[in-house]
Amino acid sequence: MTDAAATSPPSRRTWSPRLVSLVFVTVVVAVLPLVFPSNYYLRVASLVWTSGLAVVGLNLLMGLAGQVSLGHAAFLGIGAYAVAIGPTHLGVPPIPSALAGIALSALVAWIVGKPIFRLKGYYLAVATLGFGLLLALVLTSESAWTGGPDGMPVERVELFGWRVTGALTWYWITGVALIIGVALALNLEASPTGRALRALHDSEVAASVVGVDAARLKLTAFVVAAVYAATSGALLALMNGFVTPDTASFMHSVEFVTMVVIGGMGSVVGALVGAAILVALPQALTVLQEYETAVLGLLIMVFMIFLRQGIVPGLIGLFRGMRR
Amino acid sequence: MTATRTSNAAALEVDGVGISFGGIRALDGVSFRAHPGEVFSIIGPNGAGKTTLFNIVSGLYRPTSGRVRIAGQEATGLAPARLARRGLSRTFQNLQIFFRMTAVENVMVGRHMAEKTGFFADLLALPSVGRQNRATRAAALALLDRVGLADLADQPAGALPYGALKRLEIARALATEPKVLLLDEPAAGCNAVETEEIDQLIHAVAEGGVAVVLVEHDMKLVMKISSRILVLVQGKPLVVGTPAEVRADPRVIEAYLGSHGETEAARADR
Ligand SMILES: Nc1ncnc2c1ncn2[C@@H]1O[C@H](COP(=O)(O)OP(=O)(O)OP(=O)(O)O)[C@@H](O)[C@H]1O
Ligand SMILES: [Mg+2]
Repeated sequence: MTDAAATSPPSRRTWSPRLVSLVFVTVVVAVLPLVFPSNYYLRVASLVWTSGLAVVGLNLLMGLAGQVSLGHAAFLGIGAYAVAIGPTHLGVPPIPSALAGIALSALVAWIVGKPIFRLKGYYLAVATLGFGLLLALVLTSESAWTGGPDGMPVERVELFGWRVTGALTWYWITGVALIIGVALALNLEASPTGRALRALHDSEVAASVVGVDAARLKLTAFVVAAVYAATSGALLALMNGFVTPDTASFMHSVEFVTMVVIGGMGSVVGALVGAAILVALPQALTVLQEYETAVLGLLIMVFMIFLRQGIVPGLIGLFRGMRR
Repeated sequence: MTATRTSNAAALEVDGVGISFGGIRALDGVSFRAHPGEVFSIIGPNGAGKTTLFNIVSGLYRPTSGRVRIAGQEATGLAPARLARRGLSRTFQNLQIFFRMTAVENVMVGRHMAEKTGFFADLLALPSVGRQNRATRAAALALLDRVGLADLADQPAGALPYGALKRLEIARALATEPKVLLLDEPAAGCNAVETEEIDQLIHAVAEGGVAVVLVEHDMKLVMKISSRILVLVQGKPLVVGTPAEVRADPRVIEAYLGSHGETEAARADR
């Protein structure tokens, strides 16, 4: 990924792949409203940006650190329900509620991850799966606080007396949040921390004998991914004006993993492509709605068979292969 | 025979180390000391337990008996990353390369402990991160130059030939500025010229005050470069001594010319 930057050492700052990715995402976000014929498209794109934010975070965990979270929607749920419950039950305004939800999400990730990363293997996947199911159960059963299976409404955000509504407004809020999330993720990738994470994904043994504390770094990546997810969840709830336990469901978690995998692990742009496909496809082909789960499963299989590295890295690889 | 040296603090001290895998005693009662500036070699037929010994010393396996000390301090069973902080690094017989990174990035990871930026600086790409990346890269390039891989710095590691990867591992281990360096068959798969380069490199590293512990099947290299040699056979120490002593020892000749002589000779020829 960084070969291009490395071959031109003196002018690294000019057009590194990091900058290319960031400019690409920014341009896409900025240009789309000009070509969209209706608000409907803005709404779908906003959903892609919020999901994309969560997927970019999850990609730091899966693509960089090589760890899988099967309960990632739970962190989305924490962020989403924080902005629902805070104003309704506790009288805390939406934005402080969102920040509290994000902080809580980080804390929970730390508590869940701390003992897990000492162990090797698939413990994180199992532990996050369990945690995700537990949280979904609590959200469904504690109806007095959460509205139960039907969910609950979320108060509109007001900033200095201005009600934040409208498809275009939310398009820009989610788009800018995504761009910031992408920029931070790209920063991390290109930093000493990112380098160490990529290294332990390739060989944990080799990384550890040069002093990389694998457990601590994986925990860091997990907490960061949880913060991305909670931010995404809070934005989603504020934008939609309601939350349901589906936000935190196991299926939603699987969708996120699928987005990372089909887009291409370790590629920020790939994560966005994965999010775009999985959010936009069911919207575009509404006939599929009933079969969404089946189509999701089929997609995973097809991509795992034909583009094992995911769409973006896979296509780059295919392209290189054809030129040989 | 090494009585004069045992009074100094050894860089690495292995004392009666043993390990069992499912009832099979893979190592038993192995002891040695490696001092700063020396090349201490461990030889023995295939399956003797040389790599297993390295795995114990570097914290990947916990010994069922015995102790390991680094610079006189207890280090038995510490995690590899902790041992790295104590100044121990190693290479691997069955390459452990960061295959999706470039050659120079592989060595840059070796500078991890020397890197000073914190997580939030990294996240925000503060100017200190750019400076750190450039400093790390410069140090890594210098090390690649030292092992003769400067031209391949920006190649993906996955595309490098075997001999180059062996040297890449040495550069990455050196990047940690170790006091004890374990090299597991660094010359395997290398041609005569490359072996000669590795010989000089190991010599220079030891000159710099590092205790080098070498496992190698190339007897010419071992006899030439080592100050002392430990011979392991089926997990048990057979002899410790200078190259001349080891070469002349009838037990060593028997161990090698016995069942394993043929394969050893074949490997040395390659
Ligand atoms: N994790 C393990 N589990 C079970 N047995 C093991 C394990 N690691 C090593 N062994 C066994 O210990 C013995 C010593 O193996 P080791 O790899 O240390 O030999 P070696 O001296 O390095 O050989 P070579 O010269 O072929 O590299 C072998 O019989 C091997 O099968
Ligand atoms: Mg071995």
